[in-house]
Amino acid sequence: MKYVDEFRAPELISKAGEEIRRLADPKHHYRIMEVCGGHTHAIYRFGLKDLLPENVELIHGPGCPVCVLPMGRIDDGLSLTANPEFIFAAFGDMMRVPGTHGSPLEYKARGMDVRIVYSPADALKLARLNPQKHVVFFAIGFETTAPSTALTIIRARAEGLPNFSVFCNHVTIIPAIRAILDSPDMRLDGFVGPGHVSTVIGCRPYEWIAKDQGKPVVVSGFEPLDILQSIVMLLRQLRGGQAIVENQYKRVVPWEGNPAALRAMAEVFELRPYFEWRGLGFISQSALKIRSAYGEWDSEQRFTVPGVRVTDPKAAQCGEVLKGVLKPSQCKLFGRECTPEQPVGALMVSSEGSCAAHYNYSQHRPITIDAAASL
Amino acid sequence: MCLAIPGKIIEIDAHNAQQAMVDVVGVRRKVDLGLLAEESIRPGDWVLIHVGFAMSKISEAEAADQMRTLMILGESAAALEEVEGYGLENEYPPSEYPASKSRGLVS
Ligand code: SF4
Repeated sequence: MKYVDEFRAPELISKAGEEIRRLADPKHHYRIMEVCGGHTHAIYRFGLKDLLPENVELIHGPGCPVCVLPMGRIDDGLSLTANPEFIFAAFGDMMRVPGTHGSPLEYKARGMDVRIVYSPADALKLARLNPQKHVVFFAIGFETTAPSTALTIIRARAEGLPNFSVFCNHVTIIPAIRAILDSPDMRLDGFVGPGHVSTVIGCRPYEWIAKDQGKPVVVSGFEPLDILQSIVMLLRQLRGGQAIVENQYKRVVPWEGNPAALRAMAEVFELRPYFEWRGLGFISQSALKIRSAYGEWDSEQRFTVPGVRVTDPKAAQCGEVLKGVLKPSQCKLFGRECTPEQPVGALMVSSEGSCAAHYNYSQHRPITIDAAASL
Repeated sequence: MCLAIPGKIIEIDAHNAQQAMVDVVGVRRKVDLGLLAEESIRPGDWVLIHVGFAMSKISEAEAADQMRTLMILGESAAALEEVEGYGLENEYPPSEYPASKSRGLVS
């Protein structure tokens, strides 16, 4: 717990809080979106909302990969488990995400061969270790994980490994931001830009948000002070009538991103004409598909998947929450039918989902007090 | 999955320069260096790891920073679980590997 205390650097935190109060025009209600689910998690965990003045509101964005995946894709991927020759491999985060007929974990309980892997490279390894089976890797994530999937597919082809394929659900963050900005019921003043996605794509891809839409973007780290500093930087820009992209997370994010990772992605993936996002609907050119040169390692090109489209359970308001139109607690199922133990929607599963974050932290005291009490 | 885990490069695989043994607070696993082709990575360097792939080279101070971030976010246990899971060593103990696979950097 020493880390919590050290980190909290109370003087710096309260200084940043004061600066925010000083910069925020009391006549304006600021709506700032944090795009990344990791930031959402941190904001709840540290109770940052309580440090902000009433008129500076944080809106949770779409940057939680399991949350934005529509249920139909989970059903499609799981449909492949009907073949006893198949192994379905996915990250642990996916395992409890409900599909129409259950989550991957429930499929496993019913005897399907479902495995947790922590790296796409290990799904490939599973294929090497089980030559008599076919391994389907259910790939999800933004640009943080897409390059690793790409390189794994490049390796599979180099090895000529026949019993491995990827069911690709990788999505890209920029079109989602565009869709949010285009949506008529959404007014935003600026963005706290994602940290780890930006280590791959760099800061340049956000420039249109500043230039064309006149909204400032600050790429941010994940500690409370990082996030508060980013809000200070945003408010400074807004106050000065400026809109540029700034990098608060310079210690990790290079302005140009990671060229080798971008190359691997460009080699293996192309943009899908459109892809369905939970809550945001179909967004054009927002997801990655595997190029036909690598078609042999693409589950969708190799096998028939049903192409299921299902709507979320009626009372579930995951879409509105994802768009930032509703707060998690405004969903009728929140904390009743839908809890982290019995999730109805994916936002309640992942620690980066705003419903889970809200459920886990909001009824607790601020984390500093918890830490001090447990010393 | 979205965790960036700091690790120290212990050894580059003699047979495959794109594989390296890293140490994450005492847990040693192999990670892939293929996405850091632009950088020259040497033992003693620190990297940020995502899903088994080193994604950026960082300084030792930044690595300590990131570890602290994971701790205060309550994610350090999940990060270690992820690292321990790399290489399927929990699912397939090394003794069950086909002979050619069991001899990596560990031996
Ligand atoms: S509480 Fe459950 S059903 Fe409602 S929006 Fe959140 S995840 Fe979806």
